[in-house]
This record gives sequence, structure tokens and C-alpha cells, in this order.
Amino acid sequence: MTLTLKVWRQSNAHATGRFVEYQANDVIPDMSFLEMLDVVNEDLTDRGEDPIAFDSDCREGICGMCSLMINGVAHGGQRGTATCQLHMRHFKDGDTIAIEPWRARAFPVIKDLVVDRIAFDRIIEAGGFVSVSTGGTPDGNAIPIPKDDQELAMDAASCIGCGACVAACKNASAMLFVSAKISHLGLLPQGKVEKNRRVLSMVKSMDEAGFGGCTVTGSCEAVCPKEISLDFIAQMNRDYLKALLERE
Amino acid sequence: MNLDAKIPSGPLERKWDRHRLEMKLVNPANKRKFDVIVVGSGLAGASAAASLAELGYNVKCFCFQDSPRRAHSIAAQGGINAAKNYQNDGDSAYRLFYDTIKGGDFRAREANVYRLAQLSVNIIDQCVAQGVPFAREYGGLLANRSFGGAQVSRTFYARGQTGQQLLLGAYQALCRQIGLGKVQMFARTEMLDVVLVEGQAKGIVVRDLVTGQISSHAGDAVVLATGGYSNVFYLSTNARGCNVTAIYRAHKKGAAFANPCYTQIHPTCIPVSGEHQSKLTLMSESLRNDGRVWVQKQKGDTRPPQQIPEPERDYYLERKYPSYGNLAPRDIASRAAKEVCDEGRGVGRGGLGVYLDFSDAISRLGVATIKERYGNLFDMYQTITGENAYQTPMRIYPALHYTMGGLWVDYNLMSNLPGLFVLGEANFSDHGANRLGASALMQGLADGYFILPYTIGHYFASSKPLKPSVSHPEFRKAEEEVKARTQRMLSIRGKRTVSSFHRELGKLMWDKCGMARNEAGLKEALQRIPALREEYWENVNVTGENQELNQALEQAGRVADYMEFAELMCYDALMRRESCGGHFRTEFQTEDGEALRDDAHCSFVAAWEYHGVDKRPTLHKEPLAYEEVKMTQRSYK
Repeated sequence: MTLTLKVWRQSNAHATGRFVEYQANDVIPDMSFLEMLDVVNEDLTDRGEDPIAFDSDCREGICGMCSLMINGVAHGGQRGTATCQLHMRHFKDGDTIAIEPWRARAFPVIKDLVVDRIAFDRIIEAGGFVSVSTGGTPDGNAIPIPKDDQELAMDAASCIGCGACVAACKNASAMLFVSAKISHLGLLPQGKVEKNRRVLSMVKSMDEAGFGGCTVTGSCEAVCPKEISLDFIAQMNRDYLKALLERE
Repeated sequence: MNLDAKIPSGPLERKWDRHRLEMKLVNPANKRKFDVIVVGSGLAGASAAASLAELGYNVKCFCFQDSPRRAHSIAAQGGINAAKNYQNDGDSAYRLFYDTIKGGDFRAREANVYRLAQLSVNIIDQCVAQGVPFAREYGGLLANRSFGGAQVSRTFYARGQTGQQLLLGAYQALCRQIGLGKVQMFARTEMLDVVLVEGQAKGIVVRDLVTGQISSHAGDAVVLATGGYSNVFYLSTNARGCNVTAIYRAHKKGAAFANPCYTQIHPTCIPVSGEHQSKLTLMSESLRNDGRVWVQKQKGDTRPPQQIPEPERDYYLERKYPSYGNLAPRDIASRAAKEVCDEGRGVGRGGLGVYLDFSDAISRLGVATIKERYGNLFDMYQTITGENAYQTPMRIYPALHYTMGGLWVDYNLMSNLPGLFVLGEANFSDHGANRLGASALMQGLADGYFILPYTIGHYFASSKPLKPSVSHPEFRKAEEEVKARTQRMLSIRGKRTVSSFHRELGKLMWDKCGMARNEAGLKEALQRIPALREEYWENVNVTGENQELNQALEQAGRVADYMEFAELMCYDALMRRESCGGHFRTEFQTEDGEALRDDAHCSFVAAWEYHGVDKRPTLHKEPLAYEEVKMTQRSYK
């Protein structure tokens, strides 16, 4: 296949970016999207041009480091698939593909397609944990946990922190990410103890980072590579309200 | 070189308790006077950084990814072992210890492994308390499964995402300490050298991957938890960024590198689809419980699998190993696959693959059962290959997965350089020549949560560590070296990309120092690696500048280290005149193709001392004294 790529190039956080057109030749259907970009980068390097910067690490859909808006859709539109697991068999010979970074005020561009997602770490630092230190913990079986609660907590805990939810949202809201962590910990007896404190601090940190509010359009859920459910946002809203009232 | 393992005396099961009592403590009020540098934020690094900060030490933690949560521990699927004996099936710390020692083909230290088995139970408690959502039974108690051929069910798991959930637990503990101001986190920052002052590890030199700034950090101790080196083979199941740089730079500064040739191959990965391939994806080995492995008998037979009639198929594992069949151990299954492909009977594009066929299991159990057991794996296979494995056999091929070798450490996890501690996959200590399934996560967390926090205090309390600042001339010198090397890479502007060199090196290592090795091949590799390295430094094309985000430059530095490290692996593989665990020398095998150990001559840890590029490293031997266990030869016939 031969494809035309329109790639966002921006040399650093302060520079003005623009789309640059490249040809991707000899693309084969078994390539992943990022492998296709690797090949384009090899060509650029051979021509003495600066290769396109993009983030990736595990390339098996679990580390959450890869990103990319592909034709305007976070992770390219295959349901439950991160960009690194998107394969070129979903494209046709002659296609034109627009590739952009995540766009959100809280995720400033560092270079080309690479953005800074440190705001997510800050939110976890604000309260996305159980306050236990190493050692002195009770036996793992001391507190039975209903299987359904554990399964639901696991659904929420599968979030890979990639930021697609923010990129897809017209308000650049981080509520799917934040609610997934709040629900994961809040559903388990170990995390319930500091539930109120957690939701209040995490929401505060989220607001301070410049993420927008949620208007429940569901675009986050649609692009989430781990198919995290919108229900968790509803759960978070309930938890938040309850925490506010209980604090009064 | 002093390689005293400092193993406590006394009976095996009391060594760690006794050692804990004998180790000196740092007064709680004095802990804040010590600064610890932790490089790496995977299971070992994050758990160590969090635990040390909780105790009161000041910690600086570094990772090259954009967030500590990305570390490659996250990709572990299977689970984590612990000798809880929740299933009442006869497990114990001793049994887990024995299985691990035996699995490592009797090339690990008894005392370290026993301690690991003892601590395994605390890890589960710790993780549950952190909110790790381990699988549970309807009664609400923790579920277990049997994993990797173990005869007891001792593996704890969180769907197929155990590594992710354990890492998030450690990451959250780390974040809590960052929020409290006890840990300073440096993401997108790569360690490029370790700094020694009067022979003690006192700091590191790092490059800020966003601005290119090269700077130093001083500390009372340096902890490396930087993972393994499978990517020396270019293609492996490791993440793209995994590298040997941190531990190799420490090796160049005098840290002994132990058993570099011990590498683990995983038999069930998705085969390479072309030159563009950037990594290999592992599928759980559990697939072999119901899949049958075969290739066609006829060389060059290109018919689709369904059209090859039964008599023309070679179910080679069932043929060669009738009692274990398709469940033959990882290394045996992997070598057998390579053999049939070398004979020209491999399947799929490029001929590097064998079939894993579920049609018998589907007709016996029905599609629904297979879907229930392996649905997610079949989906993953389809995502990557575009093929439906319910209708056509999967194609699989072995890939590099884990490296047992690493920096030499004593019982306290300190290298031969005072003040330099090494944790997790980056050290060599617990897995011998082969790692048991579901043991990597266990080791990383044991090292970080429950071993280092004690032993680092003992180091601080029992020696009088120097306290140099970054203005010490040794820091300046190390920074200048790093800058010069970076400039040198950027000034070459040759004709080949970094990846093309990495691919060539990887292929050479896979062919000559991969899952089967021999003297002639290793000697050939030792001729070719220096030549390739020379070409690299003359002809590599690293574009861009230092003062920016420059991914080509990052990669170039890592590949430059692989170019040297590969030679060390070959020296080690050539020296070890036996086959054991993940190290298979074709000259040393039984008539049935089984690994032939030489306990009389090779029962030692090989620790290598660096003397310079193009100079032969010196071998030092730490004898392995087995007081408790009797070495046996395995048989899977």
C-alpha cells in the first residue's frame, strides 16, 4: 500500500506547529501503525531529515505510553485498541491519514506528536492510593471481598492512563481517568477507609491541572483502549457529592 | 575483585531472620540525613523508592518513560507466586524454594532463593492492602492457579494483567510519597553514568530527555532497578525502551556482571511478519494445554494447513517427548521449533513459525469451551495477525523474554562497588540459569519492599559513607565524558540508521548466541561484533541535536552499549562449557537432545570484570555451595 500522511510537526513546546505531508510507501497490512511510522522515520533519517517524534514503549497495548489522534479519532477508532495495536490492514491503498498529538490545555505538546501527561501523575499523587506503608499489613485473606466487587474494581483498574479520554473530549475532561481510579479503590474495603478524602483531593487536583468538566457525551468511553465504562463517572459524581455533604 | 556473597551462617530457614537481627539500624531521626538515588520505576524500583521514603530517607527516583507507571513490569500477564498454601495442596516456603532452585537448573544461590520464597507471602499481603484487585473466589477469598508446570496452585493473578496491577500498586505507593515530598520524581530522564568517589557509588549523571541537559545527582547510595537486556537481540517481548545502559555503564565503572549468557526464551510468541517488525508479542503458555504443535513433514510444502492431510503432518513435540508432548518445558519446546524451521519446514511468511492447532480441542470440547479458556488470547492473535485461530491454526515462534543474568550482588543486594545496590531483573541473584513462570514479579517486589529497606540501612550504619556533593571533580569528569560521547554520536552523520545496526546486531546474536549456541558460532560472533561496532562509530546517522527531544540520540546511546555488551554475552556463553537452563550449548547434550550440565566443573557464578573496549574481560568465579539441596538432572521424556 501507499499512503499519504499529514503529520503534525512542532519542533518544541513554544514553536508553532503545522501539518507536513509524507508518503508512506510499501506499507504492508501486517504492520502496526507505529511500525509504519518507524519505516517512514527510517526514510526521513536516510534523507537527513528529522524523524517524527512520537511516544511508545511496550507496543502491546498495556503501558499507555502511545497516543496519536488518527484522522481525528484518539487511537484510530478500532474499539478497545491502543495505537500500538492498530494494524495497517484497517487502511486502504491510497488513503490519506491525518496524525496529530493529543490536544488539551493540560497536555502541552513537547515535540511533534509527543505530549506532557504529567498532570495525570499529579492527580494520583493527590490521593490515588491507599495510605498504607510497607509491612505490617494483615493476611491477604483477612478481609473477604465479594467477587462482583473485585471484578468491578478490576474493570476500573484496567485503565492504562494513556489520556485518550481527555483527547477525545470536547471539554478535555479527565473524568473517565479520575473516576476509574476512584472507583477501583473505592470499591475495595482497603480503599473505602479514605474514600471521601480521596475523591475531594483528586477532583481538586484535576481542576487545578486545567482539565474541563464532563457533559456526559461519552466520547471518552468510545475511544478508551480498555473500554472503561462511563458508569464510573456517575459513581464518582455520587462519591463527590457524598463526600462534600459528609464534610459539612 | 572481592566477591564475598556475605551469606549468613546457620540453617537455611533461619538465615534471613538471623541476618535481620544482626544488621545495624539507622536511628529514625537520622534517616532524613541520607539521600538515596533509585534508577528505574518498575516493580523493584517503585517499591524500593516508596518503601525507603516511608522509612524517612530522601529519595530521588528516575525513569526514562513519561511516567513511572509505564515501566515494563506492566506487561507481565501470568501472575505472581507465593507460598501461601491457601489451597491446602502441600505448598510451603521450602517447596517454592526447591522449585525455584530446580527451575534455575541449580545455578542460583540457595540462601537468596530461600529468602525469596519466605518473603513471597508478605508480598501478597502488602499488595492486597494497597488495593490490588487479585482474582477471588465467590466466598471472597483469593483465587490461585497452577502456572508454568508447577504441581501446586500458588499463583495469584489479576486477569491477564497481573504485572499491571502490581505495578500500579507500587506506583501509587510511590505517588503517595511524591505527594508527601519524600520522593522527588524525574520522569523522561535517562541515567547515562554512575559516579564513583574513592571507589564508592555516590551519584549518577543523567540526561533530561526533553531539554537535552546533562546534569548530576549525588546521593549516599545508588540503587539500579533498570530491568533486563533482552533487547540486545533487537526483537524480544521487551518494551522498545528496555535497555542495558544503566547496568552496563556501572559495569564499565567496575561492577561485576554475572552470568550474562543466561537468557530465557518464551516458546509461544507471535511470529515475525517482516523486516519492519519492532517487537514480539507473547501469548500465554497456557495455550499449549489444548493446542497441538506441528509442521508439515515435507520441506517447502506451501499448502494452507487445512489442506495438509494428517499423515503428512509432524507433531514433533508429541513424537520426541511422548510423556510431556506439547507441554514440554519452555527451552525444549523452543529449541525443537527452531530445529524444524532450520530444516526448512517452518510455516508462514519467512518460514519462521510452527502451527499451534486447536482443531482437535475444538471438536472434543466445542468452540464455547475454547473461547471461555482462551478467548482473550485468540482476540489478541487476531488483532495482530488478522487471522481467526478458531478456523486456522495459530502460528507461533519462540522469542527472547527475560534475562537471568545481571550485575553481581551479594546477599544484601549490593554489587562489588560499595553503595551500588541492584534490584529485580537487573541483578543476577535468584533465578539461576532459568526463571520459573510467575517468579519475576515476586523477585522485583521482594527486593524492593522487603530486602533493600533493611540492607541499605545496614550499609549506612555500618560503614561511614562519604558525602560528596555534585561539585566534586569526579562528577565534573563523568559529565564531560557523557557530553563528549553524545557529541561524538551526533557528529558522525553516517549512512546507516541506528535501527539498521541494531537489527544486524540482534540477528547475529539470535543466530550465534540465541537459544542454541556452539563454540564455532560464538567465536564467529566475537569476530563480527567488534567489526560491526567499528562500523557503527563510523557510519551511524544520528540526526538532530542534543538540546532537544531526540529519540534517535536516545536509541543510539543504548545501541552503542549493546554493541559492547553483546561481546560480553558471547564470552560468557563460550566459557560455560555445559548446557543449563536457558543456556544451551549444542556440544553438551544427551543423546535425546537434553541439556547436559557439568556440575563438577561449572557449578559457579561467572562474574566478569571490565577492562576496556576491545579488551578481554576477566572471569571471576563465585562457587555455588549447595548445603541443602542435592542437584539432580531433569527428565521430561
